[in-house]
Amino acid sequence: MAERILEVENLTVDIPVGGGMLHAVQGISFHVDKGETLCIVGESGCGKSLTSLAVMDLLPKKAIRGANKLELGGEDILNAGERRMSDIRGNTMGMIFQEPMTSLNPAYTIGNQMEEALKRHRKVSTREARDRAIYLLEKVGITAAESRLSQYPHQLSGGLRQRVMIAMTLMCGPNLIIADEPTTALDVTIQAQILLLLAELQREFEMGLILITHDLGVVARIADRVAVMYAGQVVEQGTADQVFNRPTHPYTQGLLDCIPIPGKTERNKPLGSIPGIVPSLVGPFHACHFAERCQYAFDDCVKGDIDMRPAVEDGHEYRCLLDPETCRANAQKRGVA
Amino acid sequence: MSETVISAKDVTRTFMISAGAFKGKKPLHAVNGVSLEVERGEVLALVGESGCGKTTFAKMLLGLLPPTQGTIEFGGKPVADVERLTLAKMVQPIFQDPYSSLNPRKSIGSIITLPLKVQNDPNPATWRRRAEEMMELVGLPPRLFENFPNQLSGGQRQRVAIARALINRPEVVICDEPTSALDVSVQSQILNLLQDLRKELNLTYIVISHNLAVVEHIATRVAVMYLGRIVEQKDTESLFDNPEHPYTKALLESVLTPDPSLDVPDTHLGAAYPNPVDPPSGCTFNPRCARVMDHCSVIEPKKIPSGKGFVQCHLYDENEGRGRAAS
Ligand SMILES: Nc1ncnc2c1ncn2[C@@H]1O[C@H](COP(=O)(O)OP(=O)(O)OP(=O)(O)O)[C@@H](O)[C@H]1O
Ligand SMILES: Nc1ncnc2c1ncn2[C@@H]1O[C@H](COP(=O)(O)OP(=O)(O)OP(=O)(O)O)[C@@H](O)[C@H]1O
Ligand code: SF4
Ligand code: SF4
Ligand SMILES: [Mg+2]
Ligand SMILES: [Mg+2]
Repeated sequence: MAERILEVENLTVDIPVGGGMLHAVQGISFHVDKGETLCIVGESGCGKSLTSLAVMDLLPKKAIRGANKLELGGEDILNAGERRMSDIRGNTMGMIFQEPMTSLNPAYTIGNQMEEALKRHRKVSTREARDRAIYLLEKVGITAAESRLSQYPHQLSGGLRQRVMIAMTLMCGPNLIIADEPTTALDVTIQAQILLLLAELQREFEMGLILITHDLGVVARIADRVAVMYAGQVVEQGTADQVFNRPTHPYTQGLLDCIPIPGKTERNKPLGSIPGIVPSLVGPFHACHFAERCQYAFDDCVKGDIDMRPAVEDGHEYRCLLDPETCRANAQKRGVA
Repeated sequence: MSETVISAKDVTRTFMISAGAFKGKKPLHAVNGVSLEVERGEVLALVGESGCGKTTFAKMLLGLLPPTQGTIEFGGKPVADVERLTLAKMVQPIFQDPYSSLNPRKSIGSIITLPLKVQNDPNPATWRRRAEEMMELVGLPPRLFENFPNQLSGGQRQRVAIARALINRPEVVICDEPTSALDVSVQSQILNLLQDLRKELNLTYIVISHNLAVVEHIATRVAVMYLGRIVEQKDTESLFDNPEHPYTKALLESVLTPDPSLDVPDTHLGAAYPNPVDPPSGCTFNPRCARVMDHCSVIEPKKIPSGKGFVQCHLYDENEGRGRAAS
């Protein structure tokens, strides 16, 4: 069996807000194995970033985290202290954010920051750190790597900065990388390059990768497994093949129906849509979160919490009262399976 | 039957920008000799990488920025001679970010009726009714009239921007990345809405977008821009079914369709986007081109007619391209 790198069980994040408690993340479970890519996909505000921040113990101060289990490489990190966590972050667990300038310091050179990233966690000489920085900058496809070391972040283009970020994240050779929308701010052409790069590096170094995005195209191309989130919950989870070719939850089906797919969606015809908006997660909420927008909703959907249940195939699960056969028939009717 | 609404001839816009401390200023040709005709009722898409000049070109069409060279005509009249207010009545923009393009201190109603106020519309008594009609048309509940932008979702805000753009019944709407800040479920609603309104109000659209899947879906004609120039221009069908320019091909390859049996494509666009202040010689795409030939960095390619449009690349030039390429 593959080596488990991260195990998350029943993760919750609550944030006190003006009108009460915002239950932003409501019992999320997932795992990542060595060399595996898990994509977390979902619309703005569904809790993707808070989930990743909760794993890294970087939540905003007022946020309250809960979980049954949070293990990194077998070590309990739910109850680890801040000192242990800061040793883990940037060391065994790397992070890449959407906007590279949130992690790059404008006042220091690229070289300085990359060397520091290693020296903070390892006893190495500046020379060794510098060599590793050059090696990794070359790995991420930056030409004339050595000359980049003396440059400041603002002297680089957006695509280059994102590459530097990736190289910096690799300095300590992490087992797990969490990337939150790493390519959203970039052009499609550069986006493809960066994703290709991440996938290659991940294979080469056998890291686990959690990629957070709302771009279904990216997910389909890069994920081994996919978790679809809606309003604080995972509503469907499975392999990329299962989720994209046999979408089971009505929300996943709706999402796939919304995007124009070249060669498949007829040009100029109206696209599918999901009317309505996401429910407020402030206060108690015991119903299917998608009920208000679901075309298949019936009375029982709003009578209590909905649990995850297995779909037809192994490792494929979803959160809906409809049985797998009905879901499958719906998907076929909508032309998304 | 086609009628030209906008005609741009050899339009250039140059910015003088600082080339670094003590180095003085250098010209940046953000738009470099673009000629383009827009026909009534069509959806013309402008696509290309960040910085290729799409927004600069759109601003010139809106009369917000004068061209450094060349002319832009509206219904046969040079834009320079058209009253600012008259022009605003004919062409209206919808911008990318529904969060920053709406004034947070103004109510939805006053945002939508602002163009009427600016135009000194003679019937203020009708404004509210007209705004509410427009709100209904774009799918906004009229009860939101007194609300403020921060009480609306992203999709609703973009609908407000659309209602504001349409209240004066413009002929042409320029949409600069109309859906890229929106979630997919909202994006599809807005795209469907734009399509419906086009038919209903007989609108002409110029759509600027990074998202080629969206462009393929809604555009009737596509112009591909690279470093301030249009390098290929075709009707949507031919462009997507038979792209000719190596840059267009690379762009199309980088579209990530949600197909899990495919990997992330390698578009071979290795070299970074060039510095626009110091563009490559000859064909400006040559450092990144997969099919570059010796003379590409020396001779600037001409426009070669192709289908109902053109492609600007030596591969398709009988003489300079050393024979027409098999595609
Ligand atoms: N510091 C905070 N205080 C209060 N609410 C917050 C805070 N951070 C996030 N939230 C709320 O928690 C919910 C989940 O936020 P999160 O940032 O995880 O969403 P996301 O899925 O990453 O969205 P996006 O795709 O827009 O990045 C949202 O409703 C958000 O408004
Ligand atoms: N006011 C200005 N002063 C100096 N340079 C400018 C100005 N406006 C635009 N530019 C430059 O002109 C070029 C074209 O910019 P433009 O905004 O038109 O690109 P774009 O295609 O709209 O890009 P994006 O997809 O990022 O919006 C860029 O190199 C930009 O930096
Ligand atoms: S539980 Fe009911 S409302 Fe929820 S997704 Fe399933 S059918 Fe729709
Ligand atoms: S002219 Fe030459 S460099 Fe330019 S696109 Fe054509 S083949 Fe490539
Ligand atoms: Mg986020
Ligand atoms: Mg722009």
